[in-house]
Amino acid sequence: MKLAERIRDALMHAVVELDEDVLDLIKRAYGQEEREPAKAVLDAILKNLELAKETGLPMCQDTGLFLVFADVGRTCPLSFGSIEASIMEGCETAVQQAYFRRSIVAEPVFDRTNTQNNLPPAIWWNLVEGSGLTLRILLKGFGSENCSSVRMLNPTGGKEAIVEAVRQIVQKAGGKPCPPIFVGVGLGGTMDRAAYLSKRALLRDVRQANSDARYAALEQEILASIQTLGIGSGGLGGTITALHVAVEQESTHIAGLPLAVSINCWADRKATITWKEGEDA
Amino acid sequence: MRELNLPLTPEDIASLQAYDQVLLTGKLYVGRDQVHSLLYERLLRSESLPIDLMGQAIYYMGPSPAPAGKVIGACGPTTSARMDPFSPLLLDHGLKVMIGKGPRSQDVVDAIRRNKAVYLQAFGGCGALYASTVKSSRILAFEHLGPEALLLLEVEKFPAIVAIDSLQGSVFTY
Repeated sequence: MKLAERIRDALMHAVVELDEDVLDLIKRAYGQEEREPAKAVLDAILKNLELAKETGLPMCQDTGLFLVFADVGRTCPLSFGSIEASIMEGCETAVQQAYFRRSIVAEPVFDRTNTQNNLPPAIWWNLVEGSGLTLRILLKGFGSENCSSVRMLNPTGGKEAIVEAVRQIVQKAGGKPCPPIFVGVGLGGTMDRAAYLSKRALLRDVRQANSDARYAALEQEILASIQTLGIGSGGLGGTITALHVAVEQESTHIAGLPLAVSINCWADRKATITWKEGEDA
Repeated sequence: MRELNLPLTPEDIASLQAYDQVLLTGKLYVGRDQVHSLLYERLLRSESLPIDLMGQAIYYMGPSPAPAGKVIGACGPTTSARMDPFSPLLLDHGLKVMIGKGPRSQDVVDAIRRNKAVYLQAFGGCGALYASTVKSSRILAFEHLGPEALLLLEVEKFPAIVAIDSLQGSVFTY
C-alpha cells in the first residue's frame, strides 16, 4: 500500500476510535470515579465511543488540526518532498472520506477563510538514526489547545516551580478542555522548543513513563498535584481531572527554564505510521 | 433524570437546579463564535435578527458533515467561555437556555439570574452520542459560515446537566 493510503487509513481510524492504551485509561477512570455527575460524564464518553465505532462518525465534531511529527532516518531513501506530498494526500483524502469537519482557516485575523480541506497540516521534521520513517500525527482539538500555555520559569525554580506552574495552568483551564485531560509538559530548550516538546510528550504511548527516573517521578508528582484540583470529568467536580502526564526535556540556557504545557481532551486521537526501506512509497 | 420539552416553560426553568440531569426534546437553535458575534452586532445596531430569541434555547456547536443517509455528523458542544462577551445581551433579548461546556464569566452568571434563564452543560466531545439524538437539522442563516452556520435542530432525549441555574446554584466550584 502506498504511504499516502496508509496515512489516510490511520487518520480515518484515529478520528473514530481511540488507541487501546488511551481507552484503558478512560475505562479505569470510570471504575475509580465515585462522584456524580463526573461518573455520568465518563459513562457518556464510553457510550459515545461505542456509538462512533458503530456508526463510523467521528467521536468528536472537532476533528482537529493535523500536527505531524516526521522522524526521518538520516539514510532514508525517500525525499522530503515525496514524504510531504504523501502527508498532504493522506490528510486530504481522510478528511473527505471520513467526514472530518472543515475546521482550518487560511489566515488567523482578517478573512478567516476556510481552506475547505483541513490543509495545511503543521509538520515538524526531525532527523533520526536509520533508513526508515515514522510519522506521528495528532488530531489536535482546539477547545483543549486554547488552554495550552508557556511559562519562562526561573532556572533555580526546580521541580516545585514546575509542579506549581502546571497546576495553575490546569486550574485556569477548568472544565473548558473536556476533562479528563492528557497533559504534555515540555521543559528546557527555548520558548518554542518547550512548546514543541510538550506536543511530543502528548504523542508518547501512555503506558510509558519518561526514561529518566527523576522525570518519571516528576510526571507522577504533577499528576497527583492536578488531581487535588477536583475539577473532574466534564469540569463538574471529581477525583480524576487528568488521565496522564508526560514530560519531555532537553538542554537549555544557564539563564532559563522554559516550560510549556499542552493540554489534550479525553479524545486523545493519534495515528502512527512507520515505513521501512523497501516498502511501497 | 428529568425529561423536558423545548421550549422550556418559566416553571421548568425555575424548578431546575445545578447538577440535575435532563433529557431535552424539541427545537434547538445552534450557533457558536461567529453567529454570536453577528447577532450581537445586529442587536447593538437595533437591527432585526434572523431568529426570534424569545424563550428559546441555543446550543454552542459546529457539526462535522453528515454522511449520506444521516441527518447530521458528530455534534457535541463547544467551549462556552468564548461566547461570554455576547451572551448577556442575547439573554437580555429573551434567550432562556444556553447549552455548551465549561464555566461562564461572572457577567453571564449575573445575566442568567437577572433573566431567569439557565445554562446547561452537554457532554464534551461526545459528537457521535449527540448525533443519535438529532432528528432533523436545517440551516436558518449565515450559510457562508460553513460548519459555523446558524442551524435549527429537532432533538429527542438530548442529555445535559444543569450547570448554572436561575437561582443560586452552579456546578463550577473549583
